[in-house]
Amino acid sequence: MNAQVLTVTSGKGGVGKTTAVANLGIALASAGQKVICVDGDIGLRNLDVVMGLENRIVYDLVDVIEGRCRLRQAMIRDKRVPNLFLIPAAQTRDKTAVSPSDMLRLAEELRQECDWVLIDSPAGIERGFRNAIAPADRVIVLTNPEVSAVRDADRVVGLLEAEEKGDPLLILNRINPEMVRKHDMLSPEDVLDLLAIELLGVVPEDEDVIIAANRGMPVALNEKSRAGEAFRNIARRLMGEDVPLMDLSEKGGFWQKFSRLTGRR
Amino acid sequence: MLLTLFNPKTFFAMKDSLIQIKGLRDGLLISLGDAEWETLKQALLAQIDGMQAFFRGARVVLDVGNRSFQVNEMVRLRDALSERDVLLWAVLSESPVTVKTAQLLGLATRISKPAAPRRISSPRVEEEGLALWINRTLRSGTRVEFAGSVVILGDVNPGAEISAEGSVMVWGKLRGAVHAGASGDESAAIYAIELRPMQARIAAYTLSMGETVYPKRPSGVFVRDGRLVVFPWNQD
Repeated sequence: MNAQVLTVTSGKGGVGKTTAVANLGIALASAGQKVICVDGDIGLRNLDVVMGLENRIVYDLVDVIEGRCRLRQAMIRDKRVPNLFLIPAAQTRDKTAVSPSDMLRLAEELRQECDWVLIDSPAGIERGFRNAIAPADRVIVLTNPEVSAVRDADRVVGLLEAEEKGDPLLILNRINPEMVRKHDMLSPEDVLDLLAIELLGVVPEDEDVIIAANRGMPVALNEKSRAGEAFRNIARRLMGEDVPLMDLSEKGGFWQKFSRLTGRR
Repeated sequence: MLLTLFNPKTFFAMKDSLIQIKGLRDGLLISLGDAEWETLKQALLAQIDGMQAFFRGARVVLDVGNRSFQVNEMVRLRDALSERDVLLWAVLSESPVTVKTAQLLGLATRISKPAAPRRISSPRVEEEGLALWINRTLRSGTRVEFAGSVVILGDVNPGAEISAEGSVMVWGKLRGAVHAGASGDESAAIYAIELRPMQARIAAYTLSMGETVYPKRPSGVFVRDGRLVVFPWNQD
């Protein structure tokens, strides 16, 4: 196997990187791919919590890098989906425990093991960010439709361009169609106009995401969740399928729901 | 403001024909001598590896003279330093290529050097002389400084900054902060296809977003009668 290495990053914290990695991992694995998620946020790990695998951690990323265990010993298998694994971050160390070349070596080893390596980057643009992007074949920039988050995403895109990491892909998270309609929120068009990078997907705001993260059951496992559907669509796009963007207004009023039920548009 | 006065207590110099290291108040200044880049790089890294305790956690300013650096070389050096826990935060150079590269990577390109002999004023680039030509979008966090006019073929996003001693022309959307005539030239101007700057400054005058209504056409900002005015672009 020769996996694609994808890093999800954002600049700003709290926009949903970890949730996105967990959901993309689940969506890709559900589609039959072998996926390894890597938590790159050394010292502030939480991908394990969101994936509901916290209680099974024995070894972590730093143990692998410092040679205290073999790679496979640190790979925690997710029992809900076949072929999904997590390499957790170390909680008791900090970012200086890992260097970009450690990450490159690790990724080379991981490439042989699976189809996709998904790396969750920490917030910020310092060491942890550089560790996370060093081995990436492609970088996914995730942002909210908030001016400050978009500003940070723009900065990150600039840094990625300067480091010649290829063209990043954009996931726009937590779009609220009703607020966009009332001009209370930046629209996907506004964000794309500024960032001018390729759009990989738009994820609607969805309460299920928060509930799911707290329970360690990512929304991509939930067939009914709109956000879950958006992540599954993104996974299909990554696998090369041509999936149109979801019509976000669909959820709108009674009449639209009605016409959806009756198959009229 | 960056204060990098020489401090006699921490003053530190190594006699090496290739690499000179001096202590600054808040870091180290490393000047490169005259040799092949790979040789210099190896010598520098060997020097650091040999004195790990001294260099650990250091903030480093690198003076590369007129050597011109491409992005990948500079990234490699920065990462190599970073792996030794040394932070490269500024690159000084007389090469415009190197300066541009460093600025795009978010590194500082000047520090105040009170001890070094400085030119009082950089040679004023004449009106029809050289301009810095940038063929890309300037994204948030990018700062471009130039002792002449600047032409951007692309957008200037919010959070990006341009400081030019001459005029600034943006063939795209200007939404960042621009200072034209930065050393006092009131005849400098700012032009853009879509003019919506967060802040426009010419010489000592400032126009902030919201203080004026920008036309929906290619436009320019100029100094007229002691204030900044905005005019749509006219062919005549």
